[in-house]
Amino acid sequence: MSSLLLQNLSYQYDGQSVIKALNLAVEQNEIVCLLGASGCGKTTTLKAIAGLIQPQHGSVVINGQCMSDERHFVAPQHRNIGMMFQDYALFPHLTVAQNIAFGLNKLDKPERLKRVDEMLELVHLNNFKSRYPHELSGGQQQRVAIARALAYRPNLLLLDEPFSNIDAQVRYQLINDIRAIIKDQQVSAIFVSHSKDEAFAFSDKLAIMHEGQIAQLGCAKTLFQQPSNKVVAEFLGQGIYLKATRYNGAGVSTDFGDVSSMVPLLQSQQQGQIYVRPQHLELVNDPNGQVRVEQQRFVGTEYVYRVRFEQQQLEVPAPTDKTINTDLPVSFKIKAHAVNFFSEQELN
Amino acid sequence: MQVPFSLSKWQIFAWLIGICLSAPLAFLIFESLQGDSEVFSHLWNTVLWDYTSNTILLILGVISLSCLIALPLGWLSAYCQFPGRKVFEWALMLPLAMPTYIIAYIYTDLLDYAGPVQVALRDWFGWQSPNDYWFFDIRTLPGAIIMIALVLYPYLYLIFKTALREQSFKLVQASQLMGMSPRQSFFKVSLPLARGAIVAALALISMETMADFATVHYFAVSTLTTAVYDTWLGYYSLTAAAKISGIMLLFLFVSLMLERLSRKNDTVHERQASVNDTALYVLKGKTAWAASAYCIFILLVAFVLPVGILCGYAIDYFDEAWNSQFFLYAWQSLKVSLWVSVIAIFFSVLVVFYQRIGSERTKSIPGRFASTGYALPGTVLAIAVLLPLTLLDTALNDWFSQTSFEPGLLLSGSIFAMIFAYVVRFYAIAHGAVEASYVRISPSLDMASQSMGKGFLQTLTLIHFPLLRRGILTAALLVFIECMKELPAALLLRPFNFETLATHVFQYVSDEQLELASVSALFIVLVGLIPLYFVNRSMEQHN
Repeated sequence: MSSLLLQNLSYQYDGQSVIKALNLAVEQNEIVCLLGASGCGKTTTLKAIAGLIQPQHGSVVINGQCMSDERHFVAPQHRNIGMMFQDYALFPHLTVAQNIAFGLNKLDKPERLKRVDEMLELVHLNNFKSRYPHELSGGQQQRVAIARALAYRPNLLLLDEPFSNIDAQVRYQLINDIRAIIKDQQVSAIFVSHSKDEAFAFSDKLAIMHEGQIAQLGCAKTLFQQPSNKVVAEFLGQGIYLKATRYNGAGVSTDFGDVSSMVPLLQSQQQGQIYVRPQHLELVNDPNGQVRVEQQRFVGTEYVYRVRFEQQQLEVPAPTDKTINTDLPVSFKIKAHAVNFFSEQELN
Repeated sequence: MQVPFSLSKWQIFAWLIGICLSAPLAFLIFESLQGDSEVFSHLWNTVLWDYTSNTILLILGVISLSCLIALPLGWLSAYCQFPGRKVFEWALMLPLAMPTYIIAYIYTDLLDYAGPVQVALRDWFGWQSPNDYWFFDIRTLPGAIIMIALVLYPYLYLIFKTALREQSFKLVQASQLMGMSPRQSFFKVSLPLARGAIVAALALISMETMADFATVHYFAVSTLTTAVYDTWLGYYSLTAAAKISGIMLLFLFVSLMLERLSRKNDTVHERQASVNDTALYVLKGKTAWAASAYCIFILLVAFVLPVGILCGYAIDYFDEAWNSQFFLYAWQSLKVSLWVSVIAIFFSVLVVFYQRIGSERTKSIPGRFASTGYALPGTVLAIAVLLPLTLLDTALNDWFSQTSFEPGLLLSGSIFAMIFAYVVRFYAIAHGAVEASYVRISPSLDMASQSMGKGFLQTLTLIHFPLLRRGILTAALLVFIECMKELPAALLLRPFNFETLATHVFQYVSDEQLELASVSALFIVLVGLIPLYFVNRSMEQHN
């Protein structure tokens, strides 16, 4: 049984479609990241799951129980969902222990105190139970927030950009800590972010969202190697489109030579384009080349060249010991990699 | 660099203003601590306890009723979506413009034995005399509580609503996700977080309630305010009046301390302006209509009905009410209010300017001294002002006793006393407004002006005045409106045969003939609406 099932979910606000017939399934104990640019509808989706907004169409099913469809709507307080907010939403008038105990009103007092202590232990804040939120650092507040959201053993944990207020130096440490806590508690989680680096580090699966829909769901490697469309490919990083002809299931030929693919190319059409990322390109001096170098930048371990090919611009790295002519034409050499091939039909 | 006006002169001006405007309060405290007064001992032994307990009951009653009215309204308009919310949000402030004595008169007229409600009931049920049935008597302490709460609840409504808006919606959402119903999250999250704001609002309401003179006087409910009035006009005993005022000062002090304390606790909690303009709860069906109905009911009872009736009076009695008296009193009110506005603004600019350029640690003290009059109830203020002015008058008369010139009550018996009292009372409004717009002028502008050879006076006139113009105008307008509405101080201090619009209306209220002053009354309500427009505009900008 899926932990969460969204079917055909749609939500309109002020006449604008924010979510459009969205489908998503999250398995037990899985962490799924809703990844996308701002305004793609990811936070709205989270609110629809929590019941903070009521979608006009489609259904939300949590652990096999229908929470919302055209006829039913279960109020947020009856859904048993844990949520961690971007600003943590800790109650400023309650101590750390009181914040964690807030959702535990169904337990009797000794059990409640025991659970609070367990959670404090889990997030290593035993010595802070009588402090108020404003007396804690950002990272500590975050750990209180996760402890509070997990204390009442929710069916599902929702995290709304929880790492965006954390300094870059400690962010990845915290991501690892929180991921370990969630895995330890064996709860399914949905995590919203616009940063693919956070998403890769934190989640088991990624759902790339675009214009109110899931563009693709899968693990990071699959998305990178076999993006189902241009949106996914481009969201995961910079690249350049090159005309290509598929010559069999294992490679393409381009103006810059043949490229063998490390993943099978399953399209039926022959003609199309490949999307190549900078790390799969090598710059070579070529007086007859079609690529122009516009700028050379030294970044410590290597050079970065800003190059232009036809109408497209790209930054390509090159080792410092390699001399690239900045005032003469150059060309690309494409390394063997998991080729992202899009047929003409898929491109339009 | 040539400095045309030395700093020490600004300092002297500021301190002079501070001392003059705080002198009445100092005299009052001194006088109330003076030895025995026969009148006061008599009052103390007879009725003073009743007056005090009435005052306490009145305050407690108004506070409780305001909570009952305003807390649900504030919660509804801050968090919920229901038909008409956008309109109710500002309309529910309107009752603030209503002087209590006008609403009290109108409801007395409606609910009296001879009023339309009881007449209709008698016709309907066939009752013959008052013995046949029981009906709520409005001219009582509970009646006064209802009247005053209907006019003062908007303070709590406004402050509570703003406090709820400043809390992040996410706190309520978080509590909901942890299993709290809307009711539970209101009591466990929203209310505790807004506690400071609520206490501050209630302190304000209790100060205003204590200051109310007209309603309790009209309803013949004796409180400390009416006691001050009667002691002065009945016994001509300034000392006894000062002593009763001293008791009120104690009350006032407690209210102010509560307000201070609540604000201190509040700073602990982080505030955030909510960018969420969507409602937390979308009310549907019967609940939504019940919410609208509640808002309509309060609005109807506290504003629409009284104003409607007042308009009815004005139409029916237009020829009697629209007369030369109205113009004369309007003109006199206008004159006094204009004088007070100009003086208060002039003083506040001087004091605030000194605060800006002064380097002494004590530079903010004159402003604080000068603002002490604001919290004083009108009757207490009048007594406080009379104390130094009668002393001065006596001294003047002694001085001129050798000559043939007799100044008489030159200060205490003339319009000067009124203007002085108003300036003492409303200086704080001007000070606050001028200070607020001064903060927005960057100090580097002063340095730039001075580096280009301009002295303080030139900096003030060439740089600050043009930049402060809007702030000054707003401040002047607010002071002007408060002066137009002020009643108790005017009743005690006006020179013989001098009426303002407010005293004129009150006179007719007391004589049970408000109809004949209905145009003046409507005019006062209209003037009172102006500051609400500003409040609403600034809140919209804030949102």
